[in-house]
Amino acid sequence: MSDTQSPEPKGAIAKFLAASPDSVGKTIFVAVAVCLVASMVVSAAAVSLRPVQEANALKDKQVNVLQVAGVYEPGVDVSEAFAAFEPHVLELSTGQFVDDQFDATTFDDIAAASDPDLSIALDNDPAGIGRQSKYRVIYLLRDDSGELDKVILPLHGYGLWSTLFGFIALENNGNDIFGLQFYQHGETPGLGAEVDNPRWRALWNGKKLRDDEGELQITVAKSQPAAGPDFYVDALAGATLTSVGVDNLVRFWMGDAGYAPFLAKLQAGEI
Amino acid sequence: MSQTKKEMLVDPLVDNNPITLQVLGICSALAVTSSLQVSFVMALAVTFVTSFSSFFISCLRNQIPGSIRIIVQMVIIASLVILVDQVLKAYAFEISKTLSVFVGLIITNCIVMGRAEAFAMKNPPVASFIDGMGNGMGYGLILLLVGFIRELFGAGSLFGITILETVNNGGWYVPNGMLLLPPSAFFIIGLIIWAFRTWKPNQVEEREYKIQQVEAH
Repeated sequence: MSDTQSPEPKGAIAKFLAASPDSVGKTIFVAVAVCLVASMVVSAAAVSLRPVQEANALKDKQVNVLQVAGVYEPGVDVSEAFAAFEPHVLELSTGQFVDDQFDATTFDDIAAASDPDLSIALDNDPAGIGRQSKYRVIYLLRDDSGELDKVILPLHGYGLWSTLFGFIALENNGNDIFGLQFYQHGETPGLGAEVDNPRWRALWNGKKLRDDEGELQITVAKSQPAAGPDFYVDALAGATLTSVGVDNLVRFWMGDAGYAPFLAKLQAGEI
Repeated sequence: MSQTKKEMLVDPLVDNNPITLQVLGICSALAVTSSLQVSFVMALAVTFVTSFSSFFISCLRNQIPGSIRIIVQMVIIASLVILVDQVLKAYAFEISKTLSVFVGLIITNCIVMGRAEAFAMKNPPVASFIDGMGNGMGYGLILLLVGFIRELFGAGSLFGITILETVNNGGWYVPNGMLLLPPSAFFIIGLIIWAFRTWKPNQVEEREYKIQQVEAH
């Protein structure tokens, strides 16, 4: 390819192209032009692919509901299996379903947390979420005879770098944990991201939230607390702040500001 | 031009491989090779980024001011990486979750910057494209080799299809769990470098020092 330029370029554009690239004007021009083109390409890709990405994220969320309830198998038809779950919109403060006010299949409780009418600002905010939606979408799973089998409750809270979004699955007594799983977070791969490790997730199975006196005892800690092994999940090595975050968010959402009114109703047999 | 286009494409596979000879791009080679499918997608992504970034940078090479050339290269490379990341999130969601940060980290992969700065800034677009593609494929070849060994002996499968029935699933093969951990990729890459240099002794670097030989009389 020949890089020789004609001795006298004609026209403004040709003159500009032939000018030394190291002049101040050209440096600024090239910087701006490259950034403009690059940003247009990037934003065009982001905007045009967003619907597909959102569909993926929704499916991933459904897969996580299936997984946390222990009914997921690879290759299963996700939307079909997910149809077995009964969604409800729950008013946290009363523990009542308010399905007549909202549509449980479309209500977005994460978006509701930033809507002043649907959320409250938290003073006591151990989970680091700022505002809490007054309503959350929960899922009930019934067995073949129609008896309540498991409840799947969404929860989220701040870890080290990011907000962790997940689900906890409780047995029908509202106290025994079946599983805990996060579907979205930005914790350090290899350290905090080990919350996704199946072996760590398996630790949650069979733990209990409250002791016989009704005190919330479940904790993620480095060593076993006095309450005993039923209430204790071993913290992740090398991920102290993520572990503390998980401890805080689980205790927050299982506590009085979270699902405690609902769980009390569940135990009283009112659901 | 001293090299033909075919040489440009084939040379980086073995003779001038970015991983085994130049020892670049090791970080991601350790992180993403625990399964063959993920290695394959990563190899494709890097090949796409190196070829197109080299192409576009070469198109602009006479206009890029020397004082901001690295940042201009970075903008082009980063945009392509974001493009790849967005496409993966849309059409290969599971794999993009496994690759997590490593797609984004293609930006910092020395192979991409290295080819842009060393080759594309001095050569025409088509040659740069082929050079970038060759280097991406050289990287991908090692990734696939490492991924093959790690998935076959670490999990008993290839592309997720069971080859060696593992004991956990009622078979006979006891998988080597260490192969699924990142350090094993270090050993495998080390062994591949050893094999390559035994096969092609001219890749062996000259020692920086020599023990002085004294003739005994």
